[in-house]
Amino acid sequence: MARTWIVPVVAALVLLMLPLGLSPYLQETVVKIAVYAIFALSLELLVGVTGLVSLGHAAFLGIGAYVTVLASGDAGGPIAKIAPLAVLAAAAYALFVGALSLRTKGVYFIMVTLAFAQMAYFVFHDTRIAGGSDGLFLYAKPTLGALNLDDKQHLYYAVIGTLIATYALLALLMRSRFGHALAGIRVNEQRMRAAGFNTYGYKLAAFVFSGALAGLAGFLLAVKDGAVNPELLSWHESGAVLLMLILGGIGSLRGAVIGAIAFTLLKELFQLESLLGPLASHWQMTLGFTIIAFVALLPKGLIGLRARLAGVKHG
Amino acid sequence: MDLPTFLVQCLNAVQYGLLLFLVASGLTLIFGIMGVINLAHGSFYMIGAYMAFVLAPYFGDWFVTRLIVGVLLAALFGFVLEWVFFSFLYQREHLQQVLMTYALILVFEEARSLLVGNDVHGVQPPPWLTGGFQLGELMSYPWYRVFASVACIVVALALYFVVNRTRLGMMIRAGASNRDMARGLGLDIKLLYRVVFAGGVALAALAGMIAAPLSSVYPGMGGSVLIICFVVVVIGGIGSITGALIASLLVGFVDTFGKVFFAEYSGIGVYLLMAIILVWRPEGLMKRAY
Amino acid sequence: MAEPNALLRASGLTRRFGGLTAVNEVSLDLHVGEVHAVIGTNGAGKSTLINMLSGEMPASSGRIELDGHDIGTWSQPKRARAGVGRSYQRTTIFPSFSVLENCRLSAQAALPRAWAVWESAQRCAQSLAFARAALDSAGLTDDAARPAGLLSHGGQRQLEIAMCLALRPRVLLLDEPLAGMGAEETGRMLALLAELKRSHAVLLVEHDMDAVFRIADRITVMVNGTVIASDLPERIRTNHDVQVAYLGEGH
Repeated sequence: MARTWIVPVVAALVLLMLPLGLSPYLQETVVKIAVYAIFALSLELLVGVTGLVSLGHAAFLGIGAYVTVLASGDAGGPIAKIAPLAVLAAAAYALFVGALSLRTKGVYFIMVTLAFAQMAYFVFHDTRIAGGSDGLFLYAKPTLGALNLDDKQHLYYAVIGTLIATYALLALLMRSRFGHALAGIRVNEQRMRAAGFNTYGYKLAAFVFSGALAGLAGFLLAVKDGAVNPELLSWHESGAVLLMLILGGIGSLRGAVIGAIAFTLLKELFQLESLLGPLASHWQMTLGFTIIAFVALLPKGLIGLRARLAGVKHG
Repeated sequence: MDLPTFLVQCLNAVQYGLLLFLVASGLTLIFGIMGVINLAHGSFYMIGAYMAFVLAPYFGDWFVTRLIVGVLLAALFGFVLEWVFFSFLYQREHLQQVLMTYALILVFEEARSLLVGNDVHGVQPPPWLTGGFQLGELMSYPWYRVFASVACIVVALALYFVVNRTRLGMMIRAGASNRDMARGLGLDIKLLYRVVFAGGVALAALAGMIAAPLSSVYPGMGGSVLIICFVVVVIGGIGSITGALIASLLVGFVDTFGKVFFAEYSGIGVYLLMAIILVWRPEGLMKRAY
Repeated sequence: MAEPNALLRASGLTRRFGGLTAVNEVSLDLHVGEVHAVIGTNGAGKSTLINMLSGEMPASSGRIELDGHDIGTWSQPKRARAGVGRSYQRTTIFPSFSVLENCRLSAQAALPRAWAVWESAQRCAQSLAFARAALDSAGLTDDAARPAGLLSHGGQRQLEIAMCLALRPRVLLLDEPLAGMGAEETGRMLALLAELKRSHAVLLVEHDMDAVFRIADRITVMVNGTVIASDLPERIRTNHDVQVAYLGEGH
């Protein structure tokens, strides 16, 4: 049991000490990956733990991001006010979407979550609530006492700290009774109902919590980029985060983080002209073929690959 | 709103709904019979539209011929695609199907970008379908839109006829309700699936070809139609062609009149409609027709 | 008739699917201390009946009472928490969890404070206690740590029952628990059922006639959704209608 803690703890320590050795550009890359790792972790709770495949998770990321900008206005504001607002807004939409979409199952559920994300996309893209297709700028980043998120170092520690806290919180959740119930629902919902569990309630709770975490990632994303645009809520974004999960391996928190790293690196890689020449500008095609190969050959993701190699060594 | 405007909007709603029906019926057939959720279905619509653009110079005024050739090409494409790609997806879990077909969208979009570029293109309706007829003093309704609606109705009737009155349709319905038994009865399930898939692709591509002069041809068109189709299928019930028809028309009306009355908020209208259906009848308006 | 009050009483249960009546005006009582078996040919409506009793399927008409309370509108989880346990014909255990965890999870629903997420599930004393008790009753204590998927078929069917027991139910609705079992496993399961019936009201849907006649205190026979006989086993054996239904005319 103690062994499963070693890798994450070491990784956390390494991350905390990185700024001492890494260039600012690389630090920024780490921050970007970390924000997406939080986003991926939030979806892991839904897909990996509870077994609910949502194709509309980007909506909560985007709502968190937009509310951050809208709540900051021209003068900025305290983190203590803006971050909770972003998270609550995302959670509220998750409550609406979850309550309705959980009335369906399987393929219907996938389609409905996608549709509701598209609805949110249209609100931000078409209406005057928020700058339309150009998006909005964050003029003043939130602060909390001495913590000023405009400062790259402060932002680094804030994001890494949030990632560590999210990981720890989800690990705690997974080993709790609530987490075990979610796992049971994933494996056999009928049996859980026969055992007296109100499965709709559990699933809805997971959905809302998941959305709230995604909203938190959205807050960090808005602060990091200093701007938001409607494409944050697009289904490409929702597809990307699902990809991260399958790249890393569904069913573990580590998989979500590894997947976020792998996806970001692959995306950078495929756009390198030095590597792929003329194909670099059509990197989505390379990504597409990679995904197909991946799902066909490595359905358990990179984590599954490691297990397979370990098996080969012993076998 | 005066009567001619109201009539025009109704006609627009019906025409939009019918085009949606063509795409959605393909989607719901493929899911209902093969159990595959196909995110790339919207891409077939886009491919159809771009085909209309690409084939136009070769066919001049022979519009209907162009349509027929396009449909046949699309069906052939679908046949091959099922053979080399989709047939491997049937046994996989939904998440994998979602990701594989999402990857396919990426491939199709980039392929289109490589072959035809990313520009927006217009496609002209044939000369014999330009202009319109008068409705009241100020309004005229384009003949091409009438053609579009009529073409869709013809296809819908043909679809109804094939599914309900032919041997092929019987095989489709048998394959849908009980695969193993149908196989036991000697149906070549693999070939059947391939034909159904090709049909679904052809339907979507035909819709794209017909829509090209109306909505122009642009890169994101596959994505937007796909999501609306999902809404149609959720409202109408998976596997039900009748449900898809009713839902498509409903969506057509909500969207068209939404644009008239609610302007910038119109985009969310169809999703609110879906939300209402989910509260009232989560399994869709019609359960499976077979 | 001076009968003690039934723990679970179904009156006039009917289920229609469009034009088809799958279950037609079925009434039966379940008493503590009694195994009430329901037998019938395929398509007789036994599965539909048990689904209506457990709450998975709403009845088209009829009444279901638990201890005198009308539970017809209660959802399945609610009935389960009230003491109506159910086992399934196709095994619905959690193969990747340990045998103990399978039962512990089944016991968890009845416990309060599901929201206390800082508490580890594995250290939840109450659910563990109920789980171990259930495993004891089912004779699976030695297998507690094994992954459930590795149990023999008979073992998995026993686990199916144990998960039912972890809920501490008063009523047991058992759907073909003997499915796929050999002679020795059947004997063990019947011994378990004999033990269980002392403190539970048991409904047993089964196909294995020998087993039914060995264990049942009361047998209800269904054909095409309707009850054609409901009586003591000896009288069912000699009942003319039952013989006709099972063996055809001319007996």
